[in-house]
Amino acid sequence: MISYVLPEFLVMRDENRCIQCQVCVRQCANDVHYLDEKDGKVKADDAKCVNCQRCVTFCPTHALTIIPNPQEFKANANWTKKAITEVQKQAESGAVILTSMGNPQEYPIYWDKIVLNASQVTNPSIDPLREPMELKTYLGRKPDKLEFDEKGRLITKLTPQLVLNVPIMFSAMSFGSISLNACESLARAATELGIYYNTGEGGLHSSLYRYGKNTIAQVASGRFGVHANYLNAGAALEIKIGQGAKPGIGGHLPGEKVGAEVSATRMIPEGSDAISPAPHHDIYSIEDLRQLIYALKEATNYTKPVSVKIAAVHNVAAIASGIARAGADIIAIDGFRGGTGAAPLRIRDNVGIPIEMAIAAVDTRLKEEGIRHQVSVVAAGSIRNSADIIKAIALGADAVYIATSALIAIGCHMCQKCNTGKCNWGIATQDPQLVKRLNPNIGARRLVNLVTAWEHEIKEMLGGMGINSIESLRGNREMLRGVGLTQKELDILGIKAAGE
Amino acid sequence: MKRVYALEEYCVGCRLCEINCIVAHSQSKDIIWAFKVEEPRPLPGILVEEARPISFGLQCRHCDDAVCIKSCITGAMHRDERDTVVCDTDKCVGCWTCIMACPYGAIKANENDGKVVSKCDLCPDLSQPACVSHCPNEALIYVDRG
Amino acid sequence: MVEYVIIGNSAAAVGAVEGIRQRDNTGNITVISEEPYYAYSRPLISYLLAGTADDRKMAYRDAGFYKDNGVLLLLGVRAVSIDTVGKQVILSNGKMVAYDKLLIATGGKPFVLPMKGGDKKGIYTFIKRDDAEQLKSVAKCGTKAVVIGGGLIGLKAAEGLVKCGVDVTVVELADRILSTILDEQAAVMVQEVLEEHGINVILNDTVTEVIGDDGVSGVILKSGQSIECDMVITAIGVRPNTDVVANTDISINRGIKTDDHMCTNIEDVYAAGDVAEAYDIVYEDQRVTPIWPNAYMQGEIAGRNMAGDDAVFDSGFARNSIAFFGLPMITAGIIKPVGDDYEAVSTVQPEKMIYKKAVFKGNRLVGFIRLTDIDRAGILTGLIKDKVDISPFKDKLLDKDFGFVYMPKSYRKERLLGVKRK
Ligand SMILES: Cc1cc2nc3c(=O)[nH]c(=O)nc-3n(C[C@H](O)[C@H](O)[C@H](O)COP(=O)(O)OP(=O)(O)OC[C@H]3O[C@@H](n4cnc5c(N)ncnc54)[C@H](O)[C@@H]3O)c2cc1C
Ligand code: SF4
Ligand code: SF4
Ligand code: SF4
Ligand code: SF4
Repeated sequence: MISYVLPEFLVMRDENRCIQCQVCVRQCANDVHYLDEKDGKVKADDAKCVNCQRCVTFCPTHALTIIPNPQEFKANANWTKKAITEVQKQAESGAVILTSMGNPQEYPIYWDKIVLNASQVTNPSIDPLREPMELKTYLGRKPDKLEFDEKGRLITKLTPQLVLNVPIMFSAMSFGSISLNACESLARAATELGIYYNTGEGGLHSSLYRYGKNTIAQVASGRFGVHANYLNAGAALEIKIGQGAKPGIGGHLPGEKVGAEVSATRMIPEGSDAISPAPHHDIYSIEDLRQLIYALKEATNYTKPVSVKIAAVHNVAAIASGIARAGADIIAIDGFRGGTGAAPLRIRDNVGIPIEMAIAAVDTRLKEEGIRHQVSVVAAGSIRNSADIIKAIALGADAVYIATSALIAIGCHMCQKCNTGKCNWGIATQDPQLVKRLNPNIGARRLVNLVTAWEHEIKEMLGGMGINSIESLRGNREMLRGVGLTQKELDILGIKAAGE
Repeated sequence: MKRVYALEEYCVGCRLCEINCIVAHSQSKDIIWAFKVEEPRPLPGILVEEARPISFGLQCRHCDDAVCIKSCITGAMHRDERDTVVCDTDKCVGCWTCIMACPYGAIKANENDGKVVSKCDLCPDLSQPACVSHCPNEALIYVDRG
Repeated sequence: MVEYVIIGNSAAAVGAVEGIRQRDNTGNITVISEEPYYAYSRPLISYLLAGTADDRKMAYRDAGFYKDNGVLLLLGVRAVSIDTVGKQVILSNGKMVAYDKLLIATGGKPFVLPMKGGDKKGIYTFIKRDDAEQLKSVAKCGTKAVVIGGGLIGLKAAEGLVKCGVDVTVVELADRILSTILDEQAAVMVQEVLEEHGINVILNDTVTEVIGDDGVSGVILKSGQSIECDMVITAIGVRPNTDVVANTDISINRGIKTDDHMCTNIEDVYAAGDVAEAYDIVYEDQRVTPIWPNAYMQGEIAGRNMAGDDAVFDSGFARNSIAFFGLPMITAGIIKPVGDDYEAVSTVQPEKMIYKKAVFKGNRLVGFIRLTDIDRAGILTGLIKDKVDISPFKDKLLDKDFGFVYMPKSYRKERLLGVKRK
């Protein structure tokens, strides 16, 4: 059967620049480039190219460009090239289309429709280079009130808190979906930055226990790699209920990715598929969730905050309220643009709601119920820059999780082929030949650079607003205005329109 | 003295070290000229050994006790002021005795260039050897380990 | 101040000077050289003959070497004898040189074949610079030469002569050329190349008589065949030049006997190079190994020990890198083993003139031959020298891409990341 699917990309090689060094041949794990022995020239099989740009980046003469295949179908606003190609693919495979990373469709990005305030004349702005600026953030349940004895000593028993130097954490990415070198990059950067990274649902590789102080250990429906040491290894625990890229769907790590190390860490046989069920089979109600939360607190002797991560879905506010009441210390909400290592395309592209709406709705609801202080809210799902962070916090988040931007920092080029296991950048792969491409020394350095840069920008924006502490920004929607939004959207976001 | 050491766990086998060694030892120091125009093209001083997934760049160790120098029948192979082991190509006759001797296989026979040996000279004109500065994954380090 | 005296002025002597100076910058060094030249590269005399080496290439060290190292060089003087009790060397000019530490580095001298007519004009040896110069003056285009001996020196002389346009016949007693460094397979391949370049090779035969009136006009072989020629070069081998120790109490076997510090049986008297017999790590006995690297290294060890060091010579074994008409070959150790203790593997690609062979004894590599594909052969030499257990990568040894990548990680790391190479 001939394939109707045309190559998605074309590999353009400038023959005036190409020196036939074959760096591209050696770097492309998709075997796109090859040396034609007959004429000694390097050539390409375009059809295999995924536009990861490894070769483009490595070509020492910049001889390569990857372009989208310009071949078009007859113009049709409805039957787009994408729509037609997807039908062709499924007609050939008979299968669900698998993809990865976050929802790339053209839904509104509310971050880009929200603008920030700045001080002019009346309350002066603050220069962060001259004046102290506090970004320290505490995550965890805060007491209803503080009580002191006659000598002024605090007698209220405080619950455990996570302390972040910057309100940014690296979101859950499991060892298995990403490489050990990627995990190590995240862990080392988190340690250096005084923030946290999240293990994801794949357990904790023995070599990473030493970063425990900056680790959030996740417990998901598959319970992979969960044991007493694991639970006690990190600074906090997180129960994963859902994920923004694929709400309502479980996980599937194919057996090829389960090598010796992943197998030992996940505690499953080598080569076996690691299937995380869609629901936790012991959670069918808020009460069940409460049981698990307290089971984890018991197991860790009430020394660690417990987070619950959910995907942003329609009634997210009510769900968050239930989670807070179930005893969670932190709620992590993952918007529909959140990334993933593998998801069915239809789910990724059609399920869930934007994180901006979800954060605003949750913050509003918890405040209305007077329980906002009982739980910290972490926003996740496509935080692209420091402005997104500022806006998330002003909408009501305590901190953000970043995953995609963290991966981009360490080399991800968003080719959305994590699911193939052939990540040319050594991130979403377990192939030892590819894993070594990510040097954790470099990965950690790049992550530290990124977060440091964002930290500077956050301080600058805060200063501009005349605020000297991130605390004062949280839920401070007065600092935000909407541009080009409907009244309904403004209402949900709880912000005024620009000019108001 | 400072030497180049390979960290095999990070070598990605791209051979940019070899390519940039050639460029650094070309006349023009321009990659496209060096590969497309200039003749003869220098040989790389570094060699990437590879048996996937293991790979690493290896060049002359500039041994303290250099057997290549001791073995050289003409006295062409010598240690220069920088303690670098180099070959005086005017004296070298291409007998390949040093190739026979070097336990690292770090010397190449350069048939293109009048039958003399070619080896790493630690890039005397650069602040850091070209292979090290062009390794995209920091799999080569230039440090003093004695 | 220590008085160091070195008899001879070649590889071993230079090694000794450099060895002494690693430890002692003040002692006096006297070098006694019968040949009236600064140390030159003996192996290059065939290049000199062929016209591909000039004075600059011939010079083993630059002109400042003796001065820079504070060496008193006595050129054109022969050491006649040694008084090991009075600790002095007696020179051909009647003078005496007193020593505290003495090195005998007198090298080798040619075996002379007892043959009829061996005193005729036009019979040459090929050991010294002067031999090459002399030969060059008679090796005119169109003349004919017979080289007796198809070993390294004989064939190098033959190659040089051919390049001068001489018609050359090599007569070799053994069943193959280069019998000390090649096995039958390799020898046949090399012989082909020699013949392609016009050298006529006769095996299993030797010269019994040189004929001619005053000068040479031909030779008669043992087989009865006679060959016309204008010159004869005898190159049936060298033997240790032990003349200077005759009538002394310094022990000689084939060469001057030395211990692992290159010291002779007489205190303060050392020997190194082609004149010495030292421990061979592959044959595991005392041997003369007349190769340049060995001479230098033995000299250096001797020099260091003369200057008070405690250095051990532990790298004695045969190894040669040589090329004929652009066909390179590197061989080392035992290349044609006899006995059940050994095992050999080989590959051959006749069209490319590639031949590779490795010889094992138990889990050690003890010898190899590499013809044409000589890339990185030194790795194998290193494995022999370091007595490495090659069992984990034995099957890879002959591969084109053989290297450290196939060796156990721990060994590789030790070698590649280690501080120093010992
Ligand atoms: C033609 C030729 C080609 C060769 N090619 C190679 C090769 O490719 N590779 C290789 O490894 N080896 C080669 N060799 C062997 C190599 O040259 C010797 O191993 C090396 O020269 C030995 O050095 P040595 O210092 O021991 O002695 P020699 O080089 O033999 O020098 C000894 C010196 O001592 C002098 N001398 C001797 N007796 C006295 C005395 N009583 N008083 C004063 N001076 C004295 C001699 O005149 C001579 O100058 C070749 C040899 C020859 C002849
Ligand atoms: S890496 Fe660039 S220069 Fe090298 S072969 Fe590929 S396209 Fe050509
Ligand atoms: S898949 Fe990546 S490395 Fe391969 S050709 Fe395409 S862009 Fe280059
Ligand atoms: S440049 Fe670096 S990563 Fe690439 S082959 Fe050389 S040592 Fe390996
Ligand atoms: S060429 Fe080989 S023997 Fe010589 S210094 Fe370099 S590594 Fe050592």
